[in-house]
Amino acid sequence: MTALIRLLSSTPFRLTLAYMGAFVAAAALIVGFIAWRANDLLTNKVVETLEAEITGLREQFQAGGAERLAAVVAQRSSQPGSSLYMLIDATGRKVAGNLDRVPAEIDGTAQGSIFSYARPGPDGTRVSRLAVGVPVAVPGGLILIVGRDIEDLHRFAGSMGQLGLWSIALLSVLGIVAGLAVSRSVLRRIETITDASRTIMAGDLSKRIPLNGSGDELDRLSENLNGMLARIEELIGALREVSDNIAHDLKTPLTRLRNRAEAALARPEGAACYRDGLVKTIEEADELIKTFNSLLLIARLEAGAVAESMGPVDPAAIVADVAELYEPVAEEAGMTLETSVAKGLRLVVNRELVSQAVANLVDNAIKYSADERRPRPTDGVARPTIALSMTRVGDAIEISVADRGPGVAPEDRERALQRFVRLEKSRSRPGSGLGLSLVAAVARLHGGSIRLEDNAPGLRAVLTLPLRARAQEVTRAKPAMSPFLAGARQRAQ
Amino acid sequence: MRVLVIEDDRETAHFLQRSLRESGHTADVAGDGEAGLAMAREGGYDVLILDRMLPRRDGLSVVQTLRAEGARTPVLILSALGEVDDRVRGLRAGGDDYLTKPYAYTELLARIEALARRPAPEEQATRYSVGDLSLDRLSHKVTRAGEPILLQPREFRLLEYLMKHAGQVVTRTMLLENVWDYHFDPQTNVIDVHISRLRSKIDKSFAKPLLHTVRGAGYMIRDGAD
Repeated sequence: MTALIRLLSSTPFRLTLAYMGAFVAAAALIVGFIAWRANDLLTNKVVETLEAEITGLREQFQAGGAERLAAVVAQRSSQPGSSLYMLIDATGRKVAGNLDRVPAEIDGTAQGSIFSYARPGPDGTRVSRLAVGVPVAVPGGLILIVGRDIEDLHRFAGSMGQLGLWSIALLSVLGIVAGLAVSRSVLRRIETITDASRTIMAGDLSKRIPLNGSGDELDRLSENLNGMLARIEELIGALREVSDNIAHDLKTPLTRLRNRAEAALARPEGAACYRDGLVKTIEEADELIKTFNSLLLIARLEAGAVAESMGPVDPAAIVADVAELYEPVAEEAGMTLETSVAKGLRLVVNRELVSQAVANLVDNAIKYSADERRPRPTDGVARPTIALSMTRVGDAIEISVADRGPGVAPEDRERALQRFVRLEKSRSRPGSGLGLSLVAAVARLHGGSIRLEDNAPGLRAVLTLPLRARAQEVTRAKPAMSPFLAGARQRAQ
Repeated sequence: MRVLVIEDDRETAHFLQRSLRESGHTADVAGDGEAGLAMAREGGYDVLILDRMLPRRDGLSVVQTLRAEGARTPVLILSALGEVDDRVRGLRAGGDDYLTKPYAYTELLARIEALARRPAPEEQATRYSVGDLSLDRLSHKVTRAGEPILLQPREFRLLEYLMKHAGQVVTRTMLLENVWDYHFDPQTNVIDVHISRLRSKIDKSFAKPLLHTVRGAGYMIRDGAD
C-alpha cells in the first residue's frame, strides 16, 4: 500500500498525470469542436432543405390554391424519404401528409421545433423517431407543417459523441498505466541509488552505486556520485593516514623529549647537566616542529589547497637551481652530481613545492649513497654519480634522480607498501621520514606521479609532471593514494 | 633599537619583551590590533613584530593601514600559517619579512636586526667592504687584500648578502630565502657546505678570518677585531 502511495506521489508519475491531463483536455476540446461544427453544418443543411421545400410549396399554393397544395403534399408524402408533411385545416383536421397528427412540440406555436413522431419500422411495429418541423400558416386558415426526419443524423451524432468519450477514457487509462510503468522503472533505479547512499551514509564508504551499463542520465549520475564517493573515501583515507602519521611520528619524538627532560631533572649534577638537557630538548623540539610542518604541508597538498601560487616556470631552471644547491653537498659526500636538462619547456606549477620535491629526491639520493661506508674515492678513481635529469616524455616532463646506493630490494618494496613497516637498516637514518611522502603529495597536486625503479644498482626515483596544468581533476580521478607513501617512509627514514 | 611587539598571547609577548631587553633593545607590547596600530602610529619604533591573527584588528589590516598612511617602519609578520600562499599574502600586504611559528628566538632576533638596519633602496651601496675584503656589486668583482677572488654567481650572491649585513647574524634560513629564494627547509644543512666553500675562497689563505660561525644561530661576516 505504501509502495503504491509512494509510486503515486513520485515525480515521474505526477509529471505523467499532468501531461495526461493536458493531453486529454486538448483532445476533448478538439473532438468537441469537431462535433459542434458537424452538428452545426448538418442542422444548417436541414434548415436549408426545409426552407427550400416551404418556398416550393408556397409557390404551388400561389399557383393553384389549397387544392393544388393538398395534392402536392399528398403526392410528396407518398414518396419514401425523410421529408415529413402535414396539412391541416382550420378545424384541425388532417387534409394531407405523412404525419399522423400534429406533434405536441409544434402545436400552437409559430416556430419550428424538434419533435418525435411514430413511424412504422421495417418490421411493421411503430417506432418513435426524431424530426424537425416548421409550421407554416397558409392563407385560408390552413396550416402546413413541413418537417424532416433527423433520427439518423441524431444517432450518428450520438455514436460520434460516445466514440469520442470512449477514446478519451481509453487514452486516460493507457496514459495512467504508462505513467505508472515509467515511474516504477525510474523509481526503482532511484531507489537503488537511495539505498546505496543510505548504506554509505551509515558508514560503509567503500560501497558504490550499481550501474546498469546503459549510459543514460541516471547511469551517468550514478557514475558521478561514485566518482565523488571515491574522492571522499580517498580524502578520508588521507585524513586517517595523516592522523596515524601524526600519532606515530610525533608521539615517538615527544616521548623522547619528555624522557630527556625527565632524565636531566633526575640527575644530581646540577646546572651543567640541566643545560645539556635543555639544549637536547630544544633540538628534539626543532625536529618535532619540522616533522609537524611536513605533515601539515602534506595534508594541505592532499587537500589541494595551494593552487593560488601556481605560475609558469621553466622546469630546467628548477632542476638547475636544486642541482646548484646540492652540488657541493654531493661533492662533500664524495659523489658527483650530474645534471642534464631539456630546454625551452614551460610548466604551470608551484616553483617552491616542485623545488622542494626535487631537493628531497636529491637529498635522499646523497644520503643513501653516502651511507654505504665505502672508502672515499681518491682523485683519479671514478666517484659514484648521482644523475639528475629532466626530460620531456610526451605530454609530461620526467625529473629523475638516479643513485648508485644500495637501492631498495623489490621484496622490501613490497613489504614497504604496508604502512609503518620500516626496514631494519633504515631505522637509524636521520630525517623526518616524510621526504618522499611530500614528493608524492607535490606530484599529485600537479597531476603527476612519482615512481621508484631499479637503477641496477641503486635506486631511480622518477617524478612525472604533466606539461598542461590539468592538475586537480587528474589527481582526483585516481583513487588509492600511496604505495609510495609507505615506500617513501622507508626510503627517507 | 626600539621594537614594538604586537602579539595577543601574553606569555609570548612577555618572552619576546624580556629576550629583546636582554639582547640590548627596548621593546613595547600591544595586546591587540587596534592598540598596536595606535602605538605604531605614534612612531619612534625601528621595527614592528606583528602577529598575523590578532583580536580587534587583523595583523594584515594593521600593516595595510600603516603602509597606506605612508609609514615605512619595517614589519616582521609572525604567523602560525606557514604555507606558501600565506607568506605571499603577508608580504603583499606590506610586510617586510615573514616568520612562521614556532620559531627560534635567535632566528627572530637576526631577522629584526637585519630589517632595522636595512638601508632604503636608494641608499644601497654599490660597493661593500669588510676589513680588506671588498665586493663591487656593479662589476661583480671581489678582492681580498687587493687580490682578485673568483666566485661562482651563487657564491657571489651569498657573499653579497653576508656583506650587506656585515656585523649582523645571518641565519641559514635567511640565506636560503634571500640567496636561493627557497622557503622550505632542506633536510641536510646545505647552507653549511656552501658557506665552507665560500670560506675556503675568501678566508683560507689569510691569517684573519672574516666569515664567522655564530653557534646556534648562523653566520656573520665582520672584521674580526672583537
